[in-house]
Formats: sequence, structure tokens, C-alpha cells
Amino acid sequence: MSTELPEPPSKIELKPGVGGGGEVPSFDITLRVRRYLPEATADAYWEDFKLTMYGTDRVLDALHKVKWDHDGTLSFRRSCAHGVCGSDAMRINGRNRLACKTLLKDLDTSKPITVEAIKGLPLEKDLIVDMEPFFQSYREIMPFLISKGHEPTKERYQSAEDRERFDDTTKCILCAACTSSCPVFWTDGQYFGPAAIVNAHRFIFDSRDDAGDMRLEILNDKEGVWRCRTTFNCSEACPRGIQVTKAIAEVKQAILARTV
Amino acid sequence: MQVHKYDVVIVGAGGAGMRAAIESGQRARTAVLTKLYPTRSHTGAAQGGMCAALANVEEDNWEWHTFDTIKGGDYLVDQDAAEVMAKEAIDAVLDLEKMGLPFNRTPEGKIDQRRFGGHTRDHGKAAVRRACYAADRTGHMILQTLYQNCVKHNVEFYNEYYVLDLLLVEEDAYREDGTAYKQKRVAGVVSYDLATGELHVFQAKSVIFASGGAGKVFKTTSNAHTLTGDGMGIAFRAGLPLEDMEFFQFHPTGLAGLGILLTEGARGEGAILRNSDGERFMERYAPTIKDLAPRDIVARAMANEVREGRGCGPNKDYVLLDLTHLEPEHIESKLPDITEFARTYLGVEPFTDPVPVYPTAHYAMGGVPTNINTEVLQDNDTVIPGLYAAGEVACVSVHGSNRLGTNSLLDINVFGKRAGVAAAEYSKTADFVELPQNPEAFVSAQLEGVLNGTGTERVAELRSILQETMDANVQVFRDERSLKEARDVIEDLRRRYKNISIQDKGKRFNLDLLEAVELGFLLDLAEVITVAALHRKESRGGHYREDYPDRDDENFMKHSMSYRDAEAVTEDIKGIRMETKPVVFTRYQPMERKY
Repeated sequence: MSTELPEPPSKIELKPGVGGGGEVPSFDITLRVRRYLPEATADAYWEDFKLTMYGTDRVLDALHKVKWDHDGTLSFRRSCAHGVCGSDAMRINGRNRLACKTLLKDLDTSKPITVEAIKGLPLEKDLIVDMEPFFQSYREIMPFLISKGHEPTKERYQSAEDRERFDDTTKCILCAACTSSCPVFWTDGQYFGPAAIVNAHRFIFDSRDDAGDMRLEILNDKEGVWRCRTTFNCSEACPRGIQVTKAIAEVKQAILARTV
Repeated sequence: MQVHKYDVVIVGAGGAGMRAAIESGQRARTAVLTKLYPTRSHTGAAQGGMCAALANVEEDNWEWHTFDTIKGGDYLVDQDAAEVMAKEAIDAVLDLEKMGLPFNRTPEGKIDQRRFGGHTRDHGKAAVRRACYAADRTGHMILQTLYQNCVKHNVEFYNEYYVLDLLLVEEDAYREDGTAYKQKRVAGVVSYDLATGELHVFQAKSVIFASGGAGKVFKTTSNAHTLTGDGMGIAFRAGLPLEDMEFFQFHPTGLAGLGILLTEGARGEGAILRNSDGERFMERYAPTIKDLAPRDIVARAMANEVREGRGCGPNKDYVLLDLTHLEPEHIESKLPDITEFARTYLGVEPFTDPVPVYPTAHYAMGGVPTNINTEVLQDNDTVIPGLYAAGEVACVSVHGSNRLGTNSLLDINVFGKRAGVAAAEYSKTADFVELPQNPEAFVSAQLEGVLNGTGTERVAELRSILQETMDANVQVFRDERSLKEARDVIEDLRRRYKNISIQDKGKRFNLDLLEAVELGFLLDLAEVITVAALHRKESRGGHYREDYPDRDDENFMKHSMSYRDAEAVTEDIKGIRMETKPVVFTRYQPMERKY
């Protein structure tokens, strides 16, 4: 429950220059995009675009600038543009990130900025991959609350501590940045991958759920958690800051605790 | 072209669409057509909460919630609809909890609740804790939970299928008094598969529109790039009216210059707004509930501070959201995402420095008119059998001229569920309506026209001019001059739109083509918004006319209904007819709106 706070003062002295702003600096970049237009050419290739961008611009703004001002064929997914919908995971300078959360000024703009599709999923066009295999793995871990017994009239109670237990893994936006950064997934597309395990974790550690054992059984499969080699790529890639590797480790421990 | 047959087709997979699908999918053969993967929908960007009078932390009841909703909407709310929503809110929240939604909890383990703008105890006495929430990602949790339950119930999705036309047929019919009229009936929809460029016709007994809003008519907006008003645009072109389109909500706290949303929940947790003098200016505008006044009032106050020279920053063009007096631990636990937005996008540390904010286009109060059973109306009271709408695309009207915070998450759950049940039940009693000859002909010709266009105009440029003019002229403050300016620019853009060409001529993932189609919807809707705003010569809720600063109940206590009509001329615009529809009153008489 919220705590009562004293009323803040009606007037305060603001620090000079508060809020920042002013002239937004501009700079030139080279955006090096991995193109793949299957209706035009058989092979993928790199294409450079020279752009003038601004201090608040993100990689997504640079991609839009190309699409809207230079080459309308450039194709990529995007929607919310502030890191909550999960549409625009891509490899930026070799690292999986969301284009809408990566500010250009935070990258080394003296060198070309490379942008390519995430790896491990079938490439469709430019930065667009087929997401179906990714969602298939997600669906297989039964990503929904399964509760036995009588349904309460009002809400189920859950302590704040029990709620906190799985908070981290509820943040997942299914962008696939983690799964498509995983070297095991690149070589073995059958591996469930970090995102599916994260979403299993979200239910396994939810005190209201009664199907943890079933999910642990699914993830005890040869394509399950034991394929994880703890390379931490997934944790580094997660744009939501989820401690993915830790979640996978907790699932591994839960399987062991169960079978011992 | 392929033809599919389903009992129920749902257009859109955000909160309303998926809530409907969970109901419909268990009762009838249902398909969900969505232009985005379901979890990409903009419901996921909602932050602060979903109000319901659970009374988990203090005294509350649904009647107070009804009153707040009606007063918040400046009495243009249909009161029967507001009663339904406030009453069913409680079950809507409990349904979500039972589906697995991880709400924040009270020390006893109940669903926790917090304050939100315009939600009060006992008809305005003080702010009340009514918003159920999951940190500042309530919308994310709702979207994920609904998708999870769609997976559980094996709902059939057609992902990245853009619905581009609604198939209606007309039949001769007679009213009770014997007068003849044309009864519209729904036969299905036409959709475009992004992956292949193929058209798919879906024949259905029931169709639910749940396709979301149209924030991209503006430049500064909290809305996703994909919120281009497709559903409203399709309905309007198909001859259906659009209700109350002049009412667009500007959310007070968008990140300055970017429009990214910072939840009103921040003010619910104690944050306040300050101007360049460091003054908490909302004390002057809403002495009782101050920073928790409804959004239209706060947004106008902010814009007024800026234009009277008390804006902050080198250009004095924003105000500040101050969280610095709050405990960092409290902020981190209740508002983790928005503090990260401030850091990521503006480089501001909200624990120590106030955050630059300015109103951002957020929500269309208007839309496709429906009754409280979510049935779409072809005029003031004639239902189109089998056609339903819910969520932002619809106008029930529970939001009137200004929506209260959290009531959109509520709207999608309450009316999404109602739509799903009603559409499925209707499909059990109804037959398919025969598809028209060449059902895809209109869309096919439209797409060919764009693909083969050889003109000199560029989609991105036209869209950018449209968005600039809407921001400059149809925002928080409006008057006849600004609206006419916008109208003239839009007319010019509509002429130029006929002369566009695109670069991508391919079949696969041709988003260049779809952006052109989406611009067509945006232009249509911008025109309707502007004409309706010109036509409403009063100020009410989110629509503020500087040349008519007062509410005028005598002449304007009524909904506006905009129709496409080739013969009509409204505000010098050929092709739009304006009519009105009475507001439904139950027990609340209009009062002066003070907070």
C-alpha cells in the first residue's frame, strides 16, 4: 500500500540549467545495412547510407530516414518506438539490441554503424526474420497460469514477497534479442532458447501456479535448459534488463531439486 | 485470392481484440486478423493502471467511479455506458487476476490500488486509490496475460494480415413506423498478407473491430508508428458514421520533444508539475486535486504556462515533472520503466532532477459508434447485425469529451469481453451474408493504383506535413483560424496524395506500400477531426476553442456524427455530412466542472 507523503513545497528554487536541452547537436554517420531483397537478388549484401542525424536520434530514426528519404524498399519491423513492443530487435554493431532504444550518440559514429537481422531465424527480407519458430518454442512451455482447485470469488491472494519472486521475468517483451544471441540456438534451432525459458520461469516461480512440474519436465528435455552453456549473451542482449542467465540457472536448480 | 470462412473474425490483437477472442474462441470458430504480432500491440505501452472500485485499500464504490467518468468526460459521456463500465470493472480486474496477471499487492496480499487523475472519493471530495496496477507496466502485463490466455485457448491468429476493407451489403428494410431505409449487413473483411502480398477475403457471420487508435495524425504522440486509424478509416469509407472525432486527448506528461509517455501514475505516486519559477502551478488551476486533475485540464494548464512565458529550457517550451521529493526506493519499485525512459531518451536522472515534459497526443475519445452491447450503429440507433467494435476504435461513449486515466484499459477489457460474447452468440443464430461480387475489387484497385503510381509526391513528406499542421493547429488550443489553416493544408495534401509513387514494387513485406495506404487513412481522419472541431463552437473536455471558451450545453450537449457523403458540404469541405446524436442521461445532471 502506498505510504502517505507530506505535501511537497508549492515553490522551490530550480537549479540553473535544469532540464538541459538547447541546440541539439548534429553529426554525420554511415549506416551500413545488411540488405536482402529476395525478389531482386539471390544473395544478401551490405549497403552504406550517409546520413546527418541529431543527438536525440536512435538507430530506428536512422533507419526511418533511409526508408523515408532515400530508399523505400528498406524493410524492418517497428511499432512503439520506445522499447516496449519488441518489434525491432536487430544486430547493431554485432550486438543484439532494440533499434528504438539505441541512441546513435552512444555508438562510435566515427566508424560505420552496422545493422543486420537477428540470427538463427529464417531471413525473410532485409531486417525481417520469420518469428514463427520463436513463438512456437514459447507456446510449448505452456505460457499461461494453470491453477487447480476451486476458483476464489474475488482475487487470489499473493504476498508481496511471492509476487516479487518472479517479477524480473514478467518484463519479457518477446523481442527475441536473447534467443537470437544464443550460440546454442544458432547451431541447434530445436533448442527452446532463453526467451521460452524466461517465460516458463515466470510461471514456475509464481505461487499461484500449479503446473511447475509439467513445465520443468518439458524443459528437462534434451532441447531444454541443459543445452544452455552459460555464455551470458542473452543477459547482455536483453533490452529489459532481465537477468536471463540467472533465470535459466534457477530453472535448472528447480529441476535438480525436484528429481533429487 | 483466398477465401476463408469463420463464424467470428476479430480485427486487431490488442487488449480489446484478444479479450474478445478469449470469449469468442471458446464459443465459436474464431479468427483474429492483426497487422502486428499480438504482443506488439500498443496496449502494451499503457503504464499506470486499470481502475475498479475494489475498495481494497480505502472505501470506494462503482457509483463514484461512474460519476467521475461522467464528470471527467465533461458530461458528454453516455451515462448508461459509464454505469456498465464502472460496474463491470470489478469483474474485469478479477478476471485478469484469475488469468494470471501479476498485479502489485497490498501487505495482506490483495490487489494494490493507487491514485489516478480525476478518480475521486464521494463525487470529488478527494483523490481515491482506485487504479489496480503492476508497477508502471500494467498495459504490458494485460497484453501478455491476454496473449497467454489466447495461447491457452488455441485462438487462431493471422499475424501481419492488414485488414483493408469491410464488406457491407445493403438491404431494403422498413422501420416500425413503416418508413423505408437501407439496412447494412456485414459479410466479412478483405485483408492483405504482409509476407506474401496476397489478398485474403474472410467471410464471417460476425466481425469485431478492435483495431485501436489514430495517434499518428499528430507529430508529437505517445502512439506507435502503426496507430494509423485503419479501422476508423475503413468504417468511414464503408459509409459508417464516426462519432465525436473532435475530441482527442493530449496526455500531459510526454517526454518533451519526443512524446514518449510518462504515466499519470507518477503523479498518483506523488510527483508534481513545476514551471520555470519552480512553482507547483496546478494549485492555481485545480485547487482541490491539483496535479491529479483530469488530463485535459492539466494539459491545458501546462500549455498555458508555456505560452505565458513560464516554460523551462532554452526555448521555454516545456514544464517539469518533479519526482525529486519522493524516496528513490519508492520510485524504483513503483515506476521503474518511466525513470528508465527519462534516463535513456533525455539523459535526465529523475531521482535528482525534474524531467522535461509536454502534452503528447494520446487517445481518440471518438470512433465507430456502438451501443452498450458493442453493436455498431449505422446511424443514431440502427444496429448493423453482426458488426461489433470495442476499444479505442469504438465510441460507446464512455469517455465523452475527455477520457479519465486508466479507463482505456478498463474499456478494452469490459467492452472487449462483451463484444466477444455477443459476436459468438450472434453467429450461432445467424447465417453468412453472401459476399458481394469480386469482394476484393476495391482493395485490389487501391493497391494497384499505389504500386503503379508514377507521381512525384513522397508518402513520408506528405505525412510529415500533415503531422506538423495537426500539432500546430489542432492541438490543446484551437480556434477558427488555426482549424481553417489545418483544413486547407489537409485539402492540399489530399490532392497531392493522388500523385504519390512508392519505390518498393515487390510482393514480400512491402511496408512501403502499406505506409502509403495508412497515410490515406490518416488524411481521411485528420479531415474528419478538423471539420468536427470547426463545427463544435464551444469548449468541452479535450476540445478547447479559444474563440468559444465556454461549454455550451444549450447548443452542443450532443454527440457529433460525421458521415462520408459525396453530396454534402460541411465547413466548406465537400464530402462530409455532420449530424448529431443525443447524449444518454440516467441520473447525473450536468454541473460546472471544477476540481
